[in-house]
Amino acid sequence: MLDNGLKVLVQEVHTAPLASVWCWYRVGSKDETPGVTGVSHWVEHMNFKGTRNIPRDQVKGIIEKFGGSWNGYTWIDQTTYLETASKDALDRMLFIEAERMDACLYDPADCESERTVIISELQGGENDPEQLLDTEVTAAAFKVHPYHHPTIGWLSDLQTMSREDLYGHYRRYYVPSNATIVVVGDVDSDDVVKRVAAHFGSIPSGSRPARVRQVEPEQQAERRVVLRKEGTTAYWKAAFHAPAFTDDAFFPLLVADAVLNGAAGLNIWSGGGVSRPQRSARLYRALVDGGLASSVSGALMPTEHPYLYSLSVSVAEGRSLAAVEEVVLKEVERLQRDGITPAEFTKVNAQLRARFVYDGDSVTDIAHQLGYFETIGSWRNYHDLRTRLDAVAPEAVHAAAVKYLTPANRTIGWFEPVVGIGDPGSGIRATGPAR
Amino acid sequence: MTANGLNPTRRVLDNGVTVIAKANHTTPAVSLLIGVRTGAYADPIDREGTAALCARVLDRGTVTRPADVIADDLDGRGASLSVVTGRHQMAISATCLSDDFGAVLALAADVARHPAFDDAEVNTRRADLISSIRQDEDNPAPMAVDAFARALYGSHPYARKVRGSVASVESIRRQDLVRFYQKGFQPQAITVVVVGDLAEDAATAAIAKAMGDWSTGGDKPPRGDKPPRGDKPPRGDKPPRGDKPPRGDKPSGLSVGGETAPVPDAVAPAERQLVTVPMMNKAQADLAYGFVGIRRAHPDYTAFSVMNNALGQYAIGGRLGDSIRERQGMAYYVFSSLDASLGEGPFTIRAGVSADNVERAIASIDAELTAVLQSGFTPQEIDESKSYLVGSLPRQLETNAAIASFLLNVDFFDLGLDYDARLPGLIQSVTLDAATDAARRLLAPSRATIAVAGPWPAKP
Repeated sequence: MLDNGLKVLVQEVHTAPLASVWCWYRVGSKDETPGVTGVSHWVEHMNFKGTRNIPRDQVKGIIEKFGGSWNGYTWIDQTTYLETASKDALDRMLFIEAERMDACLYDPADCESERTVIISELQGGENDPEQLLDTEVTAAAFKVHPYHHPTIGWLSDLQTMSREDLYGHYRRYYVPSNATIVVVGDVDSDDVVKRVAAHFGSIPSGSRPARVRQVEPEQQAERRVVLRKEGTTAYWKAAFHAPAFTDDAFFPLLVADAVLNGAAGLNIWSGGGVSRPQRSARLYRALVDGGLASSVSGALMPTEHPYLYSLSVSVAEGRSLAAVEEVVLKEVERLQRDGITPAEFTKVNAQLRARFVYDGDSVTDIAHQLGYFETIGSWRNYHDLRTRLDAVAPEAVHAAAVKYLTPANRTIGWFEPVVGIGDPGSGIRATGPAR
Repeated sequence: MTANGLNPTRRVLDNGVTVIAKANHTTPAVSLLIGVRTGAYADPIDREGTAALCARVLDRGTVTRPADVIADDLDGRGASLSVVTGRHQMAISATCLSDDFGAVLALAADVARHPAFDDAEVNTRRADLISSIRQDEDNPAPMAVDAFARALYGSHPYARKVRGSVASVESIRRQDLVRFYQKGFQPQAITVVVVGDLAEDAATAAIAKAMGDWSTGGDKPPRGDKPPRGDKPPRGDKPPRGDKPPRGDKPSGLSVGGETAPVPDAVAPAERQLVTVPMMNKAQADLAYGFVGIRRAHPDYTAFSVMNNALGQYAIGGRLGDSIRERQGMAYYVFSSLDASLGEGPFTIRAGVSADNVERAIASIDAELTAVLQSGFTPQEIDESKSYLVGSLPRQLETNAAIASFLLNVDFFDLGLDYDARLPGLIQSVTLDAATDAARRLLAPSRATIAVAGPWPAKP
C-alpha cells in the first residue's frame, strides 16, 4: 500500500509476454442517490475522454500501439478500468490509470454528447425483454437498499444530470484511498511497486467516501411483477434475497445453485469462457429436456451486500409461464425438503473446482478476479475459494436452501408477450433507394 | 507464444483425419476442437437450419451412450462440450481439466462418430431451435443482419440463414439430419486440434487412438442407413469431394452442393437499396450497412483486414466510431466487420441508434466512406492499425481456446502452420496505398445495401 492509501496487488505470471493492469474503485450504482442514478456508469464513460496530459484526440491509440485492449465496466459495487497489452506497455498503462484517477477533464460538450450515447445504451438494453424483466424484478425485490436501481440509471436521471453531478461524483470517489491497482503478467513485483509509486505517489489520498448504510429489511411476503408487452417469447424469473459474498452461507447456496443449474463459477467478467455444465442439473432436466423451456439459468453473484439469487427461464414456444412456474417451484420445494444427494454433492464439487481453474484462464482474468474480490471483500478471497468450497457440507447446502428459497423471500417476474400490430417476422419491406 | 511462433505439431492419420497439437501449461486444462468441413452451406435447399439442428442433436446421445449418460459423465467432471456451426464449418468444442482429457476425448470422438439422432431428442432440440429463432425475431440486431443478408445476396446461397426459419426448421426430419451427417462427417473432413496442459506427442497419439480407425464412408451409421465403404478417398488438403448419395437414399431436396462445389461469385447489387423491419415495440433501431466482401483466399486479404480495422475497428470503432459514437454521440456501438470465407462473405457496418437518428447515422456512414474514397486513409491511421494488429497477436493467442480456434482456421483456410509467425510480416507489408485501394474496391455508398430493424420509420 502506498502512503496515500492506494492498494497495489501484483502477481507474476510468466507464460506470455503480457501484462494486465486493472484499476478498481469502490463505487458502483449502490453508492448513488435518487436523482443521480447512473452517475457511476456515466462517470466511467467520461473517464475515457482525455486528461490534462492525454489530449482528447490521443486517448485513442495510446494502448493500441502496443497491441493492447482496454475497457471498463461499472456494476453495483465497483467501477473498473483495464488494459492488457505487451509487457513493454506497463509504464504506459500505469500512466493512463494515474491520469484517470486524478486528471480527467469533464469538458461540458463531451458530457453532453455522452448523454445520448448512454441513453442509446439504455434503450439498446430495453430492446431485450429479459433485461427489462430483470430490471423490474430487481427494483421490486429491493425497497430500501440502493441495489434497487439499475446500474445504467433511470431515464429521467440520465436526461437531467448535470456536468457538476458527474464531476462531483468523480472527485469524491476517485481517490487513492478508495482504489486498488492490480497488475498481473510477465512483470517483476518490486519493479511494479516502484513504478506504481512513481505514477500515483503524488496524488493526494483524499478522504474515504462514506459507505452505504441502508439495510434491506427482511421481505415479508412474495412479490410479483407481470410485464405484458409486445414480443415473441415468454420469460420467467424468480429472485430470492441472498447472502453477501463474505457470508458463510454464500458457498452453500452456490453449491445449491450448481445442483439446480450446473456450476457457473465466480468470474463475472469472462464467465469462465466456457458454457456451464448443466445438462444433468435438476432444472435443466425438468424444464429443457421436459420441453417446457428453451433455456434455464441460475445466478448467485458475489456482491458486497446481500443481493439476489435468481432463476431465469426462457419459456418454450407454445408452453405457458404457469406450467414453467409450477415445475420450478416444485424443484425448489424438493430441494428444501430433501436436500441434495451424495452423488450430486460430489459432482458439483468437481464442477466448481474446474470452474475456479477456468475463471483464471488468462492474465486479464486473474487480475480481474483479484481486484473484483478486493472490491467486495478482500483479494485474499481469490485464494480462499477452494478452502471455502471444501468446508461446505451437504447439510449446509440443505440449510441454505431452507433459509433462502422460501416463498416470502422471493419476487417472481413474468414477461408475457402480447401479439403486436404486424408480426415482426413478416414485416420486412423494401422502401427503395435510401436518403 | 514464443518468438518462433506457436510451432504446433501436425499429423495426418492414414484415414485422412488431421491432428494438430500445441502444448500450453499455463493452467491444468485442455481445449479440444473437432472441426468438420461442413456447415449450413450444405443445408438442403428447402431445409435451412439442418446444420444448426444437427449441431444441437449431435451430442445428445450416441449408439452406445444415451444422452443422460453423456450429460452425467461431462457434468461429473465439470467439463463443457458444445457443438457450434457456421456456414462452412462445424466444431465439437470441449474444455476440461487435463486429468480428464482421455475420458472427454473418448466421449467427444464417440459424439463425432456415432451420433444416434434419437427421435425424441430431435423433437426436443427442434423445439429449442424454434424457440431461439422466435427470440431472435423479437431482437432488432439479428433481424437487421438477416434482412441485410437477404437483400445483399438475393439468390446467392449466402442469403440463407444458418439458423433457418421457423417454417424450414419445422420441416426437418431425422432422416435429413442423418443424411447431412453422413455426407459431411467423413474422416478426411475432420481436423482435431488439442491445446493445453498435455505433451504434443501424447495428445496426437490419443487422437490417433480415438479416431484412427474411423473408416471412410462412416462408421456403423445410425440405424441402418448406409453400409461402410471400402474405397479410400483422395487425400490432400482440399475439402472432401461429394460422394454419390448413399444407396437407397432418396434426396428430399437438392443439396446446394455441400463443400463439393466452389462457392459461386456473388452478384453485387447495382443500386443502393434500403430494407426495413418495423419493430415498433422496440426502444432502439439496429442498422446493418454494407457490401459483398471478399474471399479469404483473396491475395490482398491482409490489406482488406487492415482497411477494416482503420475504418471500423481500431479503438472504439475506428473512423466510424470516432465520428458516430465519439464526436456525434449518436450510438452506443458502431463497428465494421469483414467476413471473408470460402465465398465472398459480407463487409458489414453495424450500429445501434435511436429511431430519431437513423437517417443521420446512415448519412454519417456515407460521409465517412466518401471521405475515405476521396482522400484515402492517413499514414497515421494505417500505421496505428498495423501496430495494433501485430501487437495484439500475443494477447489473442493467450488462452487454450483462442489458440485452438486460431489453429483450426489456419488449417481450414490452408494458411500454413507458421501463419502466426508470418502474420506480423504480412501486416507490416500492407502499404497506405494498398489499404486505401482495398477501400476503393469494396466501398461504394451509391451501391450500399442498408437494413434497419426497430421502431423506424416512425408511424405517421
